Amino acid sequence: MTTTTPSAIGQPLDRVDGRPKVTGHARYSAEIPVPDTAYAYVVGSRIAAGRVTDIDVSAARAEEGVLAVLTHRNLPRIAEQPPLIPSLAGTAAPGQTFFPMQDDTVHYAGQQIAVVIADTWERAQHAARLVRVSYAESTPVTTLDQGRDDTYVPEKIFGGWIPGRIERGDVAAGLAEADVLVDGTFTYAANNHNPIEPACTTAQWEGDELLLYDTTQGVNATQMTVSRLLGLPMSKIRVMGHYVGGSFGCKAMIHAHSALAAMAAREVGRPVKLVLTREQMFTSVGHREEQEQHLTMGATRDGRLTAIRHHKLSPTSHFDDWAEPSIGVSSEIYACPNYEGVYRLFRANTMTPTFMRAPGEASGMYALECSMDELAHELGMDPVELRLRNYTDVDAMSGRPWSSSGQRECYERGARRFGWAGRDPRPGTRREGNWLIGTGMAAACYPVAPPANPQRARARLYADGTAVVQAATPDFGTGVATVMTQVAAEGLGVSVDRCRFENGDTDLPNIAAAVGSAGAGMISAAVHAAATGLREQLIKRAVTDPRSPLHGADTVDVVVRDGVMIAGTATDAYTELLQRNFQPDAEASGQWSPPSGDVPYGMMTFGAQFAEVAVDAELGLVRVRRMTGAFAPGRVLNARTARSQLTGGMLWGLGQALLEANYMNPDTGRWVNSNLGEYLVAVNADAPDVDVELIEVEDSIVNPLGVKGVGEIGQVGAAAAIANAVHHATGRRVRKLPITIEDLL
Amino acid sequence: MRPITYLRATDTATAVAAVSTDPTSDFLAGGTTEVDLLRQNVLNPRRLVDINDLPLTGIEGTPDGGLRIGALARMSDVAAAPVVRERFPLIAQALELGASAQLRNMASMGGNLLQRVRCSYFRDAESACNKREPGTGCSAIEGFSRGHAVLGTSEHCIATHPSDVAVALTALDTRVHTLGPNGERAYPVDDFFLLPGDSPHREHPLEHGELITGIEVPAMPLARHSLYLKVRDRESYEFALVSVALALSVMNGTIADVRMALGGVATKPWRARRAEDFLIGAATVRDNFALAARVEMADARPTPMNAFKVELAQRAIVRALDTLGDGTGPGAGSGSSP
Repeated sequence: MTTTTPSAIGQPLDRVDGRPKVTGHARYSAEIPVPDTAYAYVVGSRIAAGRVTDIDVSAARAEEGVLAVLTHRNLPRIAEQPPLIPSLAGTAAPGQTFFPMQDDTVHYAGQQIAVVIADTWERAQHAARLVRVSYAESTPVTTLDQGRDDTYVPEKIFGGWIPGRIERGDVAAGLAEADVLVDGTFTYAANNHNPIEPACTTAQWEGDELLLYDTTQGVNATQMTVSRLLGLPMSKIRVMGHYVGGSFGCKAMIHAHSALAAMAAREVGRPVKLVLTREQMFTSVGHREEQEQHLTMGATRDGRLTAIRHHKLSPTSHFDDWAEPSIGVSSEIYACPNYEGVYRLFRANTMTPTFMRAPGEASGMYALECSMDELAHELGMDPVELRLRNYTDVDAMSGRPWSSSGQRECYERGARRFGWAGRDPRPGTRREGNWLIGTGMAAACYPVAPPANPQRARARLYADGTAVVQAATPDFGTGVATVMTQVAAEGLGVSVDRCRFENGDTDLPNIAAAVGSAGAGMISAAVHAAATGLREQLIKRAVTDPRSPLHGADTVDVVVRDGVMIAGTATDAYTELLQRNFQPDAEASGQWSPPSGDVPYGMMTFGAQFAEVAVDAELGLVRVRRMTGAFAPGRVLNARTARSQLTGGMLWGLGQALLEANYMNPDTGRWVNSNLGEYLVAVNADAPDVDVELIEVEDSIVNPLGVKGVGEIGQVGAAAAIANAVHHATGRRVRKLPITIEDLL
Repeated sequence: MRPITYLRATDTATAVAAVSTDPTSDFLAGGTTEVDLLRQNVLNPRRLVDINDLPLTGIEGTPDGGLRIGALARMSDVAAAPVVRERFPLIAQALELGASAQLRNMASMGGNLLQRVRCSYFRDAESACNKREPGTGCSAIEGFSRGHAVLGTSEHCIATHPSDVAVALTALDTRVHTLGPNGERAYPVDDFFLLPGDSPHREHPLEHGELITGIEVPAMPLARHSLYLKVRDRESYEFALVSVALALSVMNGTIADVRMALGGVATKPWRARRAEDFLIGAATVRDNFALAARVEMADARPTPMNAFKVELAQRAIVRALDTLGDGTGPGAGSGSSP
């Protein structure tokens, strides 16, 4: 396929790595063959609270093929525990500030208490069963009901990035002056990410140099975290990870297994591969915490919000103040003079929860948008109209104007595509056989959060006209390698089939972990800078080359198409320029420094979700019949991969609404649904027609190409639209996720 | 390392002799339960005797209108067989609503009847579980029991029997044929599944090494008017919260004959005899359906977490009867598409 410049950006280019992926040639981290590899198997704690009083490894150690058994008694101490800072900051990013096997304390079930290393995975697994552990067990606290009487309001949450309490105006006064009040408590089951590829790290030492093949959203984040934990110079660690089989946030932070693999490899003097089992994925890489949100809103009779109070209660670990920031967006997206948001935490026997797709927004917007639906119902006002009445073109919390919005267009065009107009608002009025039919909608929004540090890329053009553009980022299934090929081709002025994007290696220019929907914006900014920098270098070379037909032309008059520089009727090809100057290649680095925190704009991606459900009220069944989402993600770099991400996000919203749940066994403090048989995710049979409308809005603030990201916005609001449709179908307002059969009987 | 040896049996007698003389040998058919549980350390065989080459794959209609299914017939093949679809729609529906396409292509009919429970306390190989380690107690009764049974439970076990097709077969007076060290036997299907009582580790009356050879479904003309209704959280690849296998014959607005069994709610595939007795001769009106459902579920003993199943089962029974009772023909299976 040849796409000519300058229209490479935005085209629905097929994935450049599609063929290797579907033919099995793409090598994921655990599939990269490393000679003489040994295998590590983790033993997790069976208790959730207490101490390891004895750990007998003699039987395990005696098994054939076993090379070592590491426990808190012989695992070396870590050099330093870095603080928990979201990996978007571009610094060390441990998933929690607790590193296992440093002493005998057990903080949560599944906590690593031993690592068995053997010459085959099966032998390591078998020997792991022979490790005999004795515990002194204390009573665990894991559930909301166990913890709700002993809570605190943290100063900051989310790795210190978000305040524990935010306020404006006078909420009590705002509620007092309201004509209509809506008040509800929303409960949420815990969620787990469950990417197809589990976490895995292969560690290989050569002398004092460490090579890690890691499955991660940021190879640099792994490098910096392991460097700090092991006290190893950055220059001695290289981390590679080209293909990542999904993450959804569970590989956004660097969890203990990456460093443990390196420690195990040092112990046995061989490369070591450590792969978590599916069950271990439920206790080793973070999760979306169980939570309860209480939302009160008041409005005037004509639908203008007077106050919002949004409180959240959730468990965090013994060592970190973590809550996903569910409250942020409810303070920002509606014009409302009075607001109060408070996080309450309690210490529980859990690992520190972590990012999970739309971390905070997916749960917070469920409470906000179900409440807005209830308010519309109380007021007898169309739900879209209510949202338009409270539209704000400034961030309601900071007062700063949006860098770009598109929210009105999302409501209008989404409603038109869905066929919202003329909806009979009365609940329970449409019936088809045993099925009650309902429709619902919700707003979607997701903050544009740029990274904290400069992002870099490098572009090289060879004398044969082909180009390689490099940046450290892995591709965890979003299509970033494809999209950056397009960005590079357009920046250079060559066709995409002459351009190759190379990625997933800390030897390449530094890119922060691609999290928080920031990947496309920040990587494209760096790639664009490198590619256009190289183009300008070549143009400058041409106009100063006496042998070039472009000699003496003004650089601003030169355009490049398909590798040919053109100024009026004069042309010179990149290939000819380099070849006649005996230059095998030309190279340029590009850097983008993101806007700082005091940029005078609110930066938010907007959208609108619409859903139609059928409810068999007798049997409690909900089936989503169709979904429409309209999103304004700034500039769309590849219409196909953007649509795929948004579609996937919306379907995840369906799973969040109706299926996904994990629960703590209150007595044992162990998760109940730690496998894919019982932790339900949507299957094809659950998936309805999903219709995505892309609304491009120009944004010159967020980054050079105006990219606001599509990774999370597709999920935000989807569950609320479904719940609102369930209410429309049945008249029942379920303030719980997931909504299951027993809620509707 | 846990060594496992493997023997591929070529005839039935050899296979039975191999397993019955060795307490540490298990049969291996489709492997969809055995291999899972072996990997999870719930089962610890030292030898697997592969029976997939045995000539037990037939699916035949009998001249009198019944059915013979070989123990090694695959779920997907049985579901697709025209004679099954024509004579016993509820069997085909139960099969197609079970597991996933991949599992149905692997799993054998005999193995389906012997599949182990999905109780997470049984399957984690660690929790107290009377079924896995007799005498250790039942973690589910005080634990997370949303999916557990409300009928046929005991103070020792409340695990739900997971099979779908066994529910259909239980409605149909099926017989299970075996070959064991003491020769051939045939069990009425209701006797083939044991209630947990005080010995939940004993799920079937089989001796070690006794092999299911076939399933015999007797002729039952009313089964042509039958359905399998399955209620579950997601639309595919999930076990039932409640299911109803129903065959119904209606004459002049009165139920002439009925066969009903329930899945997802009991410790074994649950023949709903009380409901059947109530319904025979009753008018096909909703009040009667509801009464029959209530009678059947009267002895339910739920936990707080699965109490909804008692109501849900009654509603599912009524729905199944409604669907078949109005004379519009067999239902389309799970809820029908919205």
